[in-house]
Amino acid sequence: MHALGRTILYRLVLGLFSILAVSVVVFSALEFLPGDFAASVLGRSATPETVAAFRQELGLDLPPVQRYLAWIGGLLHGDLGTSFAGRAYTPRPVADIVLPRLGNTLFLAAVTAALATPIALFLGLLAALYRNSRFDRLVNALTLSTIAIPEFLVAYLIILVLAVKFPLFYSMSSLSPGMTLAEKLYLVALPVLTLSFVIVAHMMRMTRAAIIGVLSSPYIEMARLKGTRPWHVIFRHALPNALGPIVNVIAFSLAYLVVGVVVIEVVFVYPGIGQTMVDAVRNRDIPVVQACTLIFAVTYITLNLVADIVAIATNPRLLHAR
Amino acid sequence: MSGDETLLDIRDMRIEGESDGQWNVLVDGVDLTLKRGEVLGLVGESGAGKSTLGLAALGYVRPGCRIASGDIIFDGQDLLRLSDAERCGLRGHRISYVAQSAAASFNPAHALLRQTIETAVQRRLMNAGAARKKAVEQFRELSLPDPETIGRRYPHQVSGGQLQRVMTAMAMHCGPDLIVFDEPTTALDVTTQIDVLASIREAVEAQGIAAIYITHDLAVVAQMAHRIMVLRHGKVVEEASTQRMLDAPQNEYTRSLWAVRELAKPEETTPSSPLLTIEGLDFSYGKGFVKALDNVALTVPRGRTLAVVGESGSGKSTLGRIVAGLNVPTSGRLTFDGAALPPRLEHRNKDLLRRIQLVHQSADTALNPRHTVREIIARPLEVFFDLRGEACDRRTDELLDMIELGPRFATRLPSELSGGQKQRVNIARGIAAGPELMICDEVTSALDQLVQEGILKMLLGLQASLGVSYFFITHDISTVRAIADEVVVMHRGKVVEVGSQREIFAPPHEAYTELLLGSAPQMRADWLTEFLAERGPVARQHAQSTERNGGSTHV
Amino acid sequence: MRADLATKTADTSVRRRSKLLAAAPFAARVAAVIVLIYLLVALFAPLLAPFGEGEVVSEIPYAPPGGAFLLGTDQLGRDQFSRLIYGARNSMGIALATTAISFTLGSLFGIIAATRRGWVDQAISRFVDVIMAIPQLIFALILLSIAGSSIPNLIIIIALLDSTRVFRVARSVAMNVVAMDFIEAARLRGEGLVWIIRREILPNILPTLVAEFGLRFCFAFLTISALSFLGLGIQPPTADWGSMVREASPLIAYGKMSLFIPAVAIAVLTISVNLLVDWFLDKASGLRNER
Repeated sequence: MHALGRTILYRLVLGLFSILAVSVVVFSALEFLPGDFAASVLGRSATPETVAAFRQELGLDLPPVQRYLAWIGGLLHGDLGTSFAGRAYTPRPVADIVLPRLGNTLFLAAVTAALATPIALFLGLLAALYRNSRFDRLVNALTLSTIAIPEFLVAYLIILVLAVKFPLFYSMSSLSPGMTLAEKLYLVALPVLTLSFVIVAHMMRMTRAAIIGVLSSPYIEMARLKGTRPWHVIFRHALPNALGPIVNVIAFSLAYLVVGVVVIEVVFVYPGIGQTMVDAVRNRDIPVVQACTLIFAVTYITLNLVADIVAIATNPRLLHAR
Repeated sequence: MSGDETLLDIRDMRIEGESDGQWNVLVDGVDLTLKRGEVLGLVGESGAGKSTLGLAALGYVRPGCRIASGDIIFDGQDLLRLSDAERCGLRGHRISYVAQSAAASFNPAHALLRQTIETAVQRRLMNAGAARKKAVEQFRELSLPDPETIGRRYPHQVSGGQLQRVMTAMAMHCGPDLIVFDEPTTALDVTTQIDVLASIREAVEAQGIAAIYITHDLAVVAQMAHRIMVLRHGKVVEEASTQRMLDAPQNEYTRSLWAVRELAKPEETTPSSPLLTIEGLDFSYGKGFVKALDNVALTVPRGRTLAVVGESGSGKSTLGRIVAGLNVPTSGRLTFDGAALPPRLEHRNKDLLRRIQLVHQSADTALNPRHTVREIIARPLEVFFDLRGEACDRRTDELLDMIELGPRFATRLPSELSGGQKQRVNIARGIAAGPELMICDEVTSALDQLVQEGILKMLLGLQASLGVSYFFITHDISTVRAIADEVVVMHRGKVVEVGSQREIFAPPHEAYTELLLGSAPQMRADWLTEFLAERGPVARQHAQSTERNGGSTHV
Repeated sequence: MRADLATKTADTSVRRRSKLLAAAPFAARVAAVIVLIYLLVALFAPLLAPFGEGEVVSEIPYAPPGGAFLLGTDQLGRDQFSRLIYGARNSMGIALATTAISFTLGSLFGIIAATRRGWVDQAISRFVDVIMAIPQLIFALILLSIAGSSIPNLIIIIALLDSTRVFRVARSVAMNVVAMDFIEAARLRGEGLVWIIRREILPNILPTLVAEFGLRFCFAFLTISALSFLGLGIQPPTADWGSMVREASPLIAYGKMSLFIPAVAIAVLTISVNLLVDWFLDKASGLRNER
């Protein structure tokens, strides 16, 4: 157990370090802004004095290390800074803009994950068990195509069929506070379907590869030669060893979800954090962009970290040290 | 356990395997019968179809293979006509299997005992308690250390020789009528192999189980089998009782299976000066590690062969790499042709690099798959002799003649050569540099006997004509006999014994040399019996064997 | 004789290659033809397009297809067909430039890391780890928000980010080759690093790298299309397929499907390239990886 604990601790430290490194990168965003930036944020009415005051407010006159520490300190207290947009008139804290949207995005991601994961694992298992069958080849061609085409094409095809030709759903998923769960689920149906399509394709292919990898090991042949029943071979012999790879697949796909969500939210005008980030980039609202980036990156790193740790914890060589 | 009853009858078996969309014949019309309690040895070189045939005895074919025709009658039932479930019910219970690599064939996720009793418990042949008790009993019979607790361990926690015995226990657990052993000791060192062989033989004999014993080593199978069948290219070459097969093999091919054993290098009578001297050499992988080499001293005579013999973990390859300049010793001195040999590769000049050549064990990884034979052999000529154009081509052709391939092989890629041809090209690249010392690292180990013989003879011929010295690393005693003038026996990083071939093979020996020489199977049917009688039965030896197995690194 | 030899080996390799193509399955051959057509269209766009790239040719926005305007006009009255053709040139050109840069950078550093090992490898690898800890699209967004959207910025940003993936692939395949004994044999001959890379390593990793080039091209192409679709990539009036989808997207609610023309144009290209890569990996090398 000692080696196991040490390995996990090492991974945790590594993850923490990654997050720290990311925060430095994100923080430097402000550093590299072109000189005329303050003027462009404040608009045409800016005078040299107001520009100077703005720079001072951002702390651009302080040394970078001090500013970084202050920024991190703020983050830890939930202070994500102040949005640039309309700051001359009504300054809005970034947290007020981002956090409600984050909730919406998490809702979308959770529903997608709940739908896509079981389907993908099941299809992946089937494709691996019936390798090179007609079913396998069909699924293979379908998933390869899904991965190769742009996400917005999948989205618009789904809109075309399910919202335009057969108007069963709305093509816009404008959630608002106070809706019931059923109403929300109905509204997110199309984005969830689109995301699921893309993610199932990825996850299924990786599941298939992982299971085929395990099934071709000599100990699986040995289990068969020992007369172990087929379902027993799968569940007792293959699955314990495939667990690590499969969790990896899931984490990877969920991490993929984090990115895929940006385009899909824009297509369906979904009030999530991806949409918010795109708008902020367009308006060069740096504090909001920074907050969104951090949220995406931390989610991404955490998911990968969890996958790593599960893979380590299910590895018998580490579980039972020599 | 009555004597004459036929247990297994395989008739006109044809098995095909698919590659690149074509079906090739792997087993071609083989008939095989086995009586109850009889042990049949199945011998052949790589690709002879012996494993495929062995698996067919369980009614099993590997993915990508199919049974084209034939019957497999086991105890009156035609295995091929049974349902999948019925076949599955026979496996592990009445017919079981012991695989070559125990380390890969045990599931890493479960403890050994659980895997041993799995079939019995799943089939409800015994309750879990009885099954466990029986397994422990068998562990004891098979001379495993700590039979009560070894089952709680996981596969990676147990050495290769022990794992192989646990796998035998697993195969015997349900009291089968037939066990197929597929090269169970091939991956083991000889001193480990002998204990595993003895345990398997004792256990199989005691319970009167019939067995098919598959191996490429006729000397091993001679100890185990009543009858031997020789396979080649999927066909039966010869079949006879063990004694007859050894005394009077009818087929030329059968004789070639022990080709290397017939070779013996005549003793050199003329004196020779030392070419390479090693003194007080220590080596460890980084600080705080155990010494991989400990105070090694030896001399390679000019124009002769020094064989460095030892088991895995003895440090023999590391020693070769130090001479080549790939590893840097912690301390010690190397003298080459009267001058100090710089330990680091960077400190050796071009001429020194040329004079010492290393030939790697595996030609598959030593030859760049994207280079033609000509490019491979010509490169040392370009680098060391500045040969270009026609002169270079002419010399390459000469070298190709010297390795008995000829210029027509020049345009081939390594993938278009057989294993033996590749190894010849690998050697030619070394020879092309015109070395004085050639380090040969197990260059014949992975090859079939006949191919080995050819390469050993070629090496001897090259030595006679070029006067090159060999630093020949091997684990195989018959190879030592075939090529060595001087021998160094190594064990766990230390030199155990040094001497001329005659001195080493004649008693008295150091204790380890004795063990090593004694453990190498000989071509006599009663060799193992005599060896054990001399040494005492396995059970009493188990303390000693535990110690050895603990040290082996075969997992 | 030497030259003779060279032609001889070239002959065999040409023979091998042509055999390879002849044995290609139907799908791969179709894919090859499609990719070729795309390349030709991109190359000769000005000759093929009936109107100019940004030319307003009609007073009617969203004119229906037919007549002079094969695919109708867009919201500003520009000819859709001409923009589609110029789009091929712009979208593919930018993606190719991006891939070329990311590829050169990534494979160069990957091979260096694999052959030099030690601290060089550690330093580059850890740096790449940090970059890859942020999802690529998100990273691209934050960089674009700082630098602003222009075509050179777009190319540099995507190329830099994508080079990390090329680095990983190049490093790992090169590592596999470096572990081979023939590299050791070359070192024992005293061969220089450049020779070892050029003659021993490169020929062995080339098939994987060629396949990777195809995949990276698809990825860069899709990322840039996605950014343009989000309005953050290629900016008007430059014609580009991602932007065209975006511009036509409001119409889908009314059942007009013009957005599918550029979207399908993207998909057909990426699927074709993927098919080609798949076949190539299958046939040209044993280095097939399960993606």
